[in-house]
Amino acid sequence: MTVLQRLFSFNGGVKPAYNKEASTGLPIAMAPMPAQLVIPLHQSIGGTPRPLVAAGEYVLKGQRIGGADGDVSSAVHASTSGTVVAVEMRLMPHTSGLSARCVVIQPDGREEWIPRQPFDYRGATPEQTRDYLRDAGVVGLGGAVFPSYLKINPGKSGKLDTLVLNGAECEPFITCDDVLMRERAASILKGALIMREMLGAARVLIGIEDNKPQAIAAMEAAARAANEEAGHPAMQVVAVPTRYPAGGAKQLIRVLTGIEVPHGKRSTDYGVQCFNVATAYAIYEAIALGQPLISRIVTVAGNVARARNYEVLFGTPMRDLVDLCDPRPDSDRVIMGGPMMGLLMPADSVPVVKAANCVLVGSPKLFPAPPPEMPCIRCGECAKACPADLQPFELYWFSRARIFGKAQEYHLFDCIECGCCAYVCPSHIPLVDYYRFAKSEIWARETQKEAADVARERYEFRLLREERDKQEKAAKLAARTVAARATAAAALAAAEKPVITAADVAKKALITAALERARAQKAGVRQENTGNLTPGQQAEIAAIEARRAEIREMAKPHLRQDD
Amino acid sequence: MLAAILVMALGAVLLGAALGYAAARFRVEGDPLVEKIDAILPQTQCGQCGFAGCKPYARAIAKGEAEINQCPPGGDEGIHKLADLLGRDFKSLSAEHGIEKPKSVAIIDEQACIGCTLCIQACPVDAIVGAAKQMHTVIARQCTGCELCLPPCPVNCISMQPIAESAETWKWKYPAYRINPAPREAA
Repeated sequence: MTVLQRLFSFNGGVKPAYNKEASTGLPIAMAPMPAQLVIPLHQSIGGTPRPLVAAGEYVLKGQRIGGADGDVSSAVHASTSGTVVAVEMRLMPHTSGLSARCVVIQPDGREEWIPRQPFDYRGATPEQTRDYLRDAGVVGLGGAVFPSYLKINPGKSGKLDTLVLNGAECEPFITCDDVLMRERAASILKGALIMREMLGAARVLIGIEDNKPQAIAAMEAAARAANEEAGHPAMQVVAVPTRYPAGGAKQLIRVLTGIEVPHGKRSTDYGVQCFNVATAYAIYEAIALGQPLISRIVTVAGNVARARNYEVLFGTPMRDLVDLCDPRPDSDRVIMGGPMMGLLMPADSVPVVKAANCVLVGSPKLFPAPPPEMPCIRCGECAKACPADLQPFELYWFSRARIFGKAQEYHLFDCIECGCCAYVCPSHIPLVDYYRFAKSEIWARETQKEAADVARERYEFRLLREERDKQEKAAKLAARTVAARATAAAALAAAEKPVITAADVAKKALITAALERARAQKAGVRQENTGNLTPGQQAEIAAIEARRAEIREMAKPHLRQDD
Repeated sequence: MLAAILVMALGAVLLGAALGYAAARFRVEGDPLVEKIDAILPQTQCGQCGFAGCKPYARAIAKGEAEINQCPPGGDEGIHKLADLLGRDFKSLSAEHGIEKPKSVAIIDEQACIGCTLCIQACPVDAIVGAAKQMHTVIARQCTGCELCLPPCPVNCISMQPIAESAETWKWKYPAYRINPAPREAA
């Protein structure tokens, strides 16, 4: 199935000594269980997962111990069954030598798994599958550890043209992807098929550097089988020329498809998405086997007598791995990653994490101290070597002079820190160190500026609030004064003259009506003892009336005097 | 002669009208210089400069009433930026206004707090929560480290704690090559 594929090329790059043979002689071995597993919660790009367990709890192998926190974050799992001894700050595998929150597990040796079930991604919505992968802790295993669920998203178009599987593995000494492809090619391709389906990609290109003939052969055989099973040739293995950094995502996309992803764009804007082969394998394990990411293949190489690849549970101390490989007595340092981009570890006790593709043992003889930094002679070699088409000398001057705005104008953040510029520099300038310095200073300033903006907003709001409170208080006081004055005036006026109000009128009308009623009643009532009298009685009354008249006549002069 | 005077007068009137229209049409609200200065100032609102906040200090600088070296939290870097913006000479931080300190946050000793609310009233960015006779606490993320809450506290239960370096705030250091003395050759 040697389909002729037209290959493209990226600019720059270097050809360092590869030193890969030493660790590819033996098959992958399972690293022995360490006395204690120290699992850092923060192992991927994005938010630090929340711890889900406490000291003293019993955990099963594959149990979630850290839950994804925020939009960009990925879960962390117990690598084996055992008891959580502590959730505390431990030295983390980073050059800074700082500590980070880790879950320390005392293995019980039983390796008791959580119940594992394959995930039916065909019956689930894309969101559900992405959430599942987030909770399975699948991240990019090429070294960048970016949460994979965020990348399994075809974007607005809903369909991609090409899925690129990155098996280039260009950095010296590292062979973990090489041996993984040799030994587990079929599983990698099963993972690739799942991703292809989710992304709606038409084809899958598997790019492998041509210095790995065995891996290419194994992957081609597996791809042939997979294509026959699927009935159409979607999978294609492509041998790419060996040149560092062919394994950079943008560089590999360029080589395989000819697409150059410009500044500020994503490869999905051009219908391409790129995953590492080990990530494809992790996705296969998560979805087809129901196993979260708890281990990875790690190359142990460098100043050791028996370099080899091990499958290592996350949390295993690097020292344990190094001891398996007979380090030479002059070994003095441990590097996580390769010699070009790797990070110097503060101690060999730090644990293996998802980002650790290689544990490189160094010695003064193997990696001699660089000669003294000399002034830049503006030869332009670095610009020729830069695979990101930047101008490293300009970035160097601006970073060195702390003119960070200018460095950003020259696209400092497009630098992938591959180290080609420093590798070719005849003045031995540690260029990448300057870029890292400039990048972290710029980030720090960004955060500082954001904090200042928040403080300004809050301060201005406080001023506004104080002013508003003052005005409200003043308005309330004024209203109260007006009301008090009005009541006082009303009381005064009431004392001076009666005011006829509508209520008074109504009351008066009521009284008049009542009087009227009383009068009518009075008029209506007849004196009942004056009717139906006998003639005797009438005569008697008449006699009495006559006497009264007589007496009235007699009293008249007296009455007049009284008036 | 008269024609010339009329032409000149007409020109003056026309240009005047155009300028007047432009002044009204392209009117800029506020003082852009003050905004630019304010953007450089660290917004701690600490008042160490002698003004009631960063904005008033920015206004004073813009008017030429204040020097650019009165902001200790901004430090030398802030002074450099102000000097660049205003075309003035760099001056080192004026000692009477204070010294540059590492960024800190206020921490309330919650055992000792009596709930008097005085610090809440003093905080310029409302970063302290609490109520009368209830324990107060500082929202560390919002605290600018201005130290204005320290003097009003009647029980001295507030202390400033420098922010420790964490994995998020760690920075790559400026590359420096260590120079070892050359081994002495025997004469």
